[in-house]
Amino acid sequence: MPINYYIFTALALFSIGVIGVLTRRNAIIIFMCIELMLNAVNLLLVAFSKLHLADMGNAGAKVLNNGTDAQLFVFFIMVVAAAEVTVGLAIIVMMYRNTHSVDVNFLNRLKN
Amino acid sequence: MNITQILFWFLTLMALGSALMVITSKNPVYSVLFLIATFFAISGHYILLNAQFLAVVNLIVYAGAIMVLFLFVIMLMNLNTETEPQKNKWLKFAGTIAGGCLLLVMVAALKDANTKSAMVMMKEGDSGLIQNLGKTLFNQYVVPFEISSVLFLSAMVGAVVLGKKE
Repeated sequence: MPINYYIFTALALFSIGVIGVLTRRNAIIIFMCIELMLNAVNLLLVAFSKLHLADMGNAGAKVLNNGTDAQLFVFFIMVVAAAEVTVGLAIIVMMYRNTHSVDVNFLNRLKN
Repeated sequence: MNITQILFWFLTLMALGSALMVITSKNPVYSVLFLIATFFAISGHYILLNAQFLAVVNLIVYAGAIMVLFLFVIMLMNLNTETEPQKNKWLKFAGTIAGGCLLLVMVAALKDANTKSAMVMMKEGDSGLIQNLGKTLFNQYVVPFEISSVLFLSAMVGAVVLGKKE
């Protein structure tokens, strides 16, 4: 497949995540939309790694590591996302315990 | 259209449709289930791109562990009813317009990029196998690997401290 299709697919997924973050007020759904955005970037990274592998096959250029670098970046993104979800859900649970709501509009009293 | 293209379009439509359902469904439990469907579609894309290790890790870590965590928190809070009492039509409208504008600008910027003939290599190449990834990971990227283990430890300690009752 041409790389354009992957770029536009990842772009659409990322925009859906952005729309979800901007429109929903539920903290957990905002978190899930952040996961969507991270996955869009992951998909694009894997597609670009295979693009460079194809380039190397065609042009004979020496690309280091045959495109495994991008896939390792995806691996590290997953690791960081897992840690982020752990801490974020703990914060949401604490917020629910204090306010009995997960509405992020409720947090605007932090400004006082 | 050969089988690869059919699979590509099916997985793309599944991912985008499930992602749309994530942000439109009222019930948070349905959002989590549709997010799992999105992750399955993305894992299918990885398999199509011959990144088998990432496909399996995506299924185990995201669709397995993280989504179970989300479902657990939702069930813990008893959120499986409609939980957005405040309905601001203008907020939804403005958010959708803003996200659509982002999509429009990025598509317009990338539409004329010189990538027309660049093809992604599918169904071949062995760079996604766990052997090659492991060699690169433990030779060149061993320091980030160890740092990520420290990150996990600190995240675990942070979650326990945050979740502790007073």
